[in-house]
This record gives sequence, structure tokens and C-alpha cells, in this order.
Amino acid sequence: MMDNNQSGYKVFIEEVGNISAFTWKFIKAFFNRKQEWKEIIRQCYIIGYQSMPLVGITAFIMGLVLTVQSRPTLEEFGAVSYLPAMVALSVVREIGPVVTALICAGKIGSSIGAELGSMRVTEQIDAMEVSGTNPFRYLVVTRVAACIFMLPVLVVVADGISLYASYLGVNLKGVLTWNLYYHQVFESLSFSDILPAYIKTYFFGLAIGIIGCYKGYYSNKGTEGVGIAANSAVVVSSLVVFIMDLIAVQIADMLGYT
Amino acid sequence: MSEDKVVVTQNLVKSFGNNHVLKGFNMELHKGENLVVLGKSGSGKSVLIKCMVGLLYPDNGSVKVFGQEVADLSVSELDEIRTRIGFLFQSSALYDSMTVRENLEFPLKRHHPKLNQKEVDDLVMEALANVGLERAVDLMPSELSGGMRKRIGLARTLILKPEIMLYDEPTTGLDPVTSREISELILDVQNNYKTSSIIITHDMDCARTVANRVIILINGERYAMGTFDELMKSDDPQLKPFFAAL
Repeated sequence: MMDNNQSGYKVFIEEVGNISAFTWKFIKAFFNRKQEWKEIIRQCYIIGYQSMPLVGITAFIMGLVLTVQSRPTLEEFGAVSYLPAMVALSVVREIGPVVTALICAGKIGSSIGAELGSMRVTEQIDAMEVSGTNPFRYLVVTRVAACIFMLPVLVVVADGISLYASYLGVNLKGVLTWNLYYHQVFESLSFSDILPAYIKTYFFGLAIGIIGCYKGYYSNKGTEGVGIAANSAVVVSSLVVFIMDLIAVQIADMLGYT
Repeated sequence: MSEDKVVVTQNLVKSFGNNHVLKGFNMELHKGENLVVLGKSGSGKSVLIKCMVGLLYPDNGSVKVFGQEVADLSVSELDEIRTRIGFLFQSSALYDSMTVRENLEFPLKRHHPKLNQKEVDDLVMEALANVGLERAVDLMPSELSGGMRKRIGLARTLILKPEIMLYDEPTTGLDPVTSREISELILDVQNNYKTSSIIITHDMDCARTVANRVIILINGERYAMGTFDELMKSDDPQLKPFFAAL
């Protein structure tokens, strides 16, 4: 039992070390002047634009449900007028970035893990390497960069859709004009609510891209390995999103952004 | 290294854990020749050619390509050497998210960025014509048969006009007729492109068709070397099984 535990810790520490080294390799390549801009733009389209429908629908439902579910509790305290402010704070500060990141971990993380994993087991990555093309720069840097660039965009879109859905939710059992709703939302939000929430989305993008690419790039064991890569990309990146969120909240708190 | 020798390995050693694959392997590839390396499955044939392009690094010994020690090359030097070497993978390794045209354009546009689209198109069609598959230009790899995939893989490799070709089991998984066609294609490549080639195989028909020289790899070492006919006529009990089916 002790041996199994020790071996488990060893594997965990090795994995953390390997992902850290992979991240460092990405950072060095990312700040290199030679970049695959055409491929980065193509990946931004795939990762960002093609994720919009899923993110949009989820954000709409999230905003509507949050509003409808919160109303009875606020009614008990006679605080229904605080509903737009409460939803806005919840969505912008926490729910919008985290839920969008989790959706992206599922959709983008698994797709990157499976795509690179499949390329690895069918020797396409080796073929790229022997043809004199750096596969790390072409496959990894482009995908991770696209995740970093597009996740904040997706979060802003998700926040906007959520707040609009919340407006519809408020009007299901009452009447509130768009102007008043809009005024209440932005009255409640301050710079210190938006900035930390926005900054952390870049790190969520980095985590999702790095873990998806790492799992796929070093996939083995044939087709079984592709499934493992896709699955573990989702599980690990979702977990890392939560851990990063926890750290971001602590840092924001220490800096007085609360 | 003599001008004539384009690849030289000396005392090449490579292990994976306790599995000692190559145990001091020596060989030379001469300019313009087709060298066939025969051996059982898992005997280290693919490992050998992967060491030549830096996909794997030897634990010990030396691999020199065009007179340069592969293990000592920087990333950019290695990429430079790789553009002079073609590698046909066992699985063909076509980029399955790209059409045949895009597969062929990919190495070309990266290494010759100054070519205009017309020149690129002409070179793509020329490479496809050399493997007899112009009609497949806009197909996806998933729409190709095994033999077609090998030919397209070969066309993608030849488009950069390599000086050395490394074939990793080029006829594995193909029917006898297609295998024969691929073997003839390997001979055409040697004649038309004046390439030096290493062909890793355990297909004896292919070996007989294409080989100028044959090396037999047993237990991680060069067990025998000669022309196909010399080895076939040998009475060595270790060599007999290789030629038993002929």
C-alpha cells in the first residue's frame, strides 16, 4: 500500500514537473519573433468563433436561471430591486469566467487533446518534424496562443448574454425597463470587480491550452491513448481552472480588489 | 567520411529500458544506392532510421549524415539536414485534416516561401504525376486506399527533392499487386531523383526488386551483408528462414 502511494506521488510530481517544463517551453517559443500567425488566426477562429454558440446558449440559460432562482430569496427580504446588481456581480466576478472556462475545458481541451493525440499515434507529428517544421511551434504554440487570446473574448460575450438573459428573467415576474436595468447593473459594478475577473481569464486560457496540448502531444498507447489524452485533458484542465480561480480570489483579496 | 558515403553508423547502441534494440550496429549508405535492411519485427529497423533523422537519439555510438554527427547538430542545423532527407512512414502519416493538395503544399510553402501559387501548383501536380495520382489532388486522406496513401506520402516527401530517402516498411499492409507497384515506384525514385535510399522491410519480394545491397539485422547487430542473391544462396541457418518463402 505504501509503495502504491509513493508511486502515485512520484507520478503526480513527475506530471507536475513535465507540465511546468512544457509551459516554460511554450513561454519561450511564444515570445520568439518567428510565429505561425496564419495558423494562430485559424485556431482563433476554431477555438473562439466556433465555441460561441455553446458558450452563448449556456450563458443565456445561466443568466436566466440565476435570476429566476434568486428572486424568491430576495423577495423574502424585500430586496427584489437588488436582483440586477446581485446577478451582475455574480456573473461578472465569478460565474461568467469560471463557467465559460469549464465549458472551454470540455469542448476545446478535449478536442485539442484528441487531435494532437491522434496526430501523435499516426506519426503525423513525427512526419512534420522530419520535414523540417517545428511541430511544437506549429501545433502547440498556435493552439495555446489562440486559447489565451480567445477565452477573454468568450467570457465577455458570455457575460453580456448572461446579463441580457437576466434582464428577461427579471421581467418574467415584474416590469423593469432596459435603461433602468442597465443603469442598476453598471451602478453595482466597479473597476475592481471587472479587472481581476478579466485578467484571470487569460490564465484560464493558458491552462486549458497547455494541458490539452500536453496530454495530446505526449499521448501514447495507440487509439486507447487518444481517448485517455482527451479525457485527462478535460479532467485536469477543469481542476486547474478551479485551483487558479481559488488563487486568483486570494490574490485579488490581498490586493484589495474585493 | 568519403564523399561517396552519405550515411554512416558506427557502434550504434539504443535501448528502451531493459530492451536492448541496437547493440553496436554498423552500416554505410553509398550515394545513389538502394540499401535494404531486413530483420524480424521488433528487431530495431525503424529505430535505426529514426536515429538518422533525430527522431530518436542513440545511447552510444555515432550516426553521421552527410558527414555531420546528428546528435551534435543544433535544432536549425538538424532542420536543414532534414530537408535533404525524405522519410516515408509505415502509416504514411498524411495530415488527415488537410487535402492531398494541402499535404503536398505544406512542406513546399514552408521551405520555399518565395514560390508563387502557380509554381506551387505545378510542383504539386508534377509530384502527383510521378506517383500516378493526379486525380487524387483534392481528396482527403480518409478517402484514399492504403496504396494511394503510400503513394501520396511518397509524393509529399519527394516534392522537396531529397537526396536520401528512408522507407519504413513501404509495402506493409498492402496487397501483392500494390506492393509490387510501390516497389517499382521505389526504383523509379532511385532512377529519376538519383536518391540514396534505405528501405526497411520484411517483404522479400520488395527487397529482391529494389535492393542493390542488403543488410540483415539480427539481435541488434549487422549479421550479414551482401547482394540479395548472395545472401539468398547462403547456407547460414540464421539467414535461411528469411528466404524460405521464395
